[in-house]
Amino acid sequence: MNTENTENKIQKIANSVVSENPTEVEDIFKIENLTMAYGDYTVMHDLNFSVKKGEIFFIMGGSGCGKSTLLRHMIGLIKPAKGTIYFRGKNFSDAEDKEKIEMLRQFGVLYQGGALWSSMTLAENVALPLREFKDISDQDAEEIVDLKLSLVGLNGFGGFYPSEISGGMCKRAGLARAIALDPLVLFFDEPSAGLDPISSHRLDELIVQMRDSLGATIVVVSHELASIFDIADRAIFLDTKTRTQTAIGSPKELLNSDNADVRIFLNRGVDPRTKDAEK
Amino acid sequence: MFGLKKILSSDSVAKATAKIVGEGDSAVLQIAGDWLLSETRTNSKEIIASIPKNLSKLSFETSSLGTYDSALVCMLLKCYESCKEQNIDVDLESLPEGPRELLKLAVAVPEVSAEKNDGDWNLFNTVGSRAIKFMDTIASQCGFVGELTIASLNALRGKARYRTSDLLSIIQSSGPEALPIVALISFLVGLILAFVGAIQLAKYGSEIFVADLVGIAMVREMGAMMVGIVMSGRTGASFAAELGSMKVNEEISAFRTFGISPMEFLVFPRVLALVLMFPLLTIFADVIGMLGGFVIGAGMFDISYDQYANRTLSALNLVQISTGVMKSFIFGIIVACIGCRMGLQCENSSAGVGMATTSSVVQSITWIIVADAIFAVIFTIFDI
Repeated sequence: MNTENTENKIQKIANSVVSENPTEVEDIFKIENLTMAYGDYTVMHDLNFSVKKGEIFFIMGGSGCGKSTLLRHMIGLIKPAKGTIYFRGKNFSDAEDKEKIEMLRQFGVLYQGGALWSSMTLAENVALPLREFKDISDQDAEEIVDLKLSLVGLNGFGGFYPSEISGGMCKRAGLARAIALDPLVLFFDEPSAGLDPISSHRLDELIVQMRDSLGATIVVVSHELASIFDIADRAIFLDTKTRTQTAIGSPKELLNSDNADVRIFLNRGVDPRTKDAEK
Repeated sequence: MFGLKKILSSDSVAKATAKIVGEGDSAVLQIAGDWLLSETRTNSKEIIASIPKNLSKLSFETSSLGTYDSALVCMLLKCYESCKEQNIDVDLESLPEGPRELLKLAVAVPEVSAEKNDGDWNLFNTVGSRAIKFMDTIASQCGFVGELTIASLNALRGKARYRTSDLLSIIQSSGPEALPIVALISFLVGLILAFVGAIQLAKYGSEIFVADLVGIAMVREMGAMMVGIVMSGRTGASFAAELGSMKVNEEISAFRTFGISPMEFLVFPRVLALVLMFPLLTIFADVIGMLGGFVIGAGMFDISYDQYANRTLSALNLVQISTGVMKSFIFGIIVACIGCRMGLQCENSSAGVGMATTSSVVQSITWIIVADAIFAVIFTIFDI
């Protein structure tokens, strides 16, 4: 997938979904000078990037570099130490509670372990946001729940509790809940973690289907190279050493990045340029 | 492939030795014997101290090296780090493959400075940071109470988001299901009060007043307090553990990202359930405690049922009963709030859940006793 194709694809997808300006790709998220910190400890500083409407955007980097922390900033669970996060042009990080809740309802989040509410069945998990935020009858809610569970291949499992199903099924049920309100943006935190390669590949396919069928923008935190090369339109690389972003672009662009750490990361510890020079 | 040599228990063990040989620019560290964690007593500091200061290269000689495990790699790492500090070139290629590769692995990633300053103890730093931490705790407690107040007001206006089925389930588990343990504890407390009191009163021939003693003590103090203590350990701890686990599993975050307030959905029904159940459990505990007192009165001091019941009824009045019930209402709020706050603020680890549960019980019991003391002062001032 080259850059031009990616742009065209994003443009095409962006035009196919609701947009105020169909001729331009809208920045769903714009991150400006973001610094993330826990107390005195700075996790990452000076992050500047945007996520475009309809794209599958990966946040990647080594273990412990702050990928999940960045995601938690983007979904409003942590306030930035410095900098601003804009969602569809509006200041999200400093928004008033009421405005923020309105923005949050346009997000769907799939957490690492699914984060299903353990005291509720899968159907109740998916139904809760529908009952809370949509003025629909119980019968309509049930039908939507069935639809969402079918979309993730869990039709018939609505009566099961999270403790009664496997980890992979929990993730898919978490995805069904995340798409319950037809969100504009879907966040995935390490979707492949703990899954076998086949389940992981199926989840990747599901992510693409969600983007294509719902027109959602997808933000994925992952260091799974197979997923990045398979489905990412663009990705950002967070560097543990410099504690900031060192590259952003399509997977192909990142493979040819001038930054050796990015090349080494994407080539599983080997820098192809050094290898070629040795030959 | 590389790895440490395997040791058989039947092998005889040779003494581990390491000494520097050579003069001038380069030296050789001769390593011999069996380097095993369970056997080796060689001090790596002594070996490092024996490295000459003016050295430019250090290599290794291992022809007499026997079996080894991590003990050898630890010593080599210390030597390597010391040499690097003194700009001495270390010839790792002269080492056997196993320890050489492990040493390379150990030094591959330089130590990261995490910029966490908990080094030298400093009085001002310690007092200052503890004061800031204390203020943060006070602020978070105030924040919790504020959020809970808003959630309660929303509930009064019918706008709070919580499931009635959850509320009923919590009422069931914190009310009817707590009856057996509350009954047992209250019965025994009534029994003990009667036993201790009756023996003293019998000296003056006034055993009948044991009914007054047990009745007033249970209704004013012991009923509410014993329910508070039992419920701190039972229900308060379960709230802390339940919400703590939900936090660890990111279930709380999932509520927040849907724009659902955990305070309304999780905390409010728990507080409401305990506020409703505590007074009822206290009245139940009062009755069972008096029954325990009657068992001792009738069994040991030949007081008839009529006599005991009449004395109890004449000793009690509505004001005394309501003091206990009023206390239980406050104790219910204390147990529920502390349990939920500890759960929501616990660290994201299984140890954090354990600590939250322990803190919840300790703090609940402490605050129940503090609140009881405050009530005692207030009731004395108003002559209640």
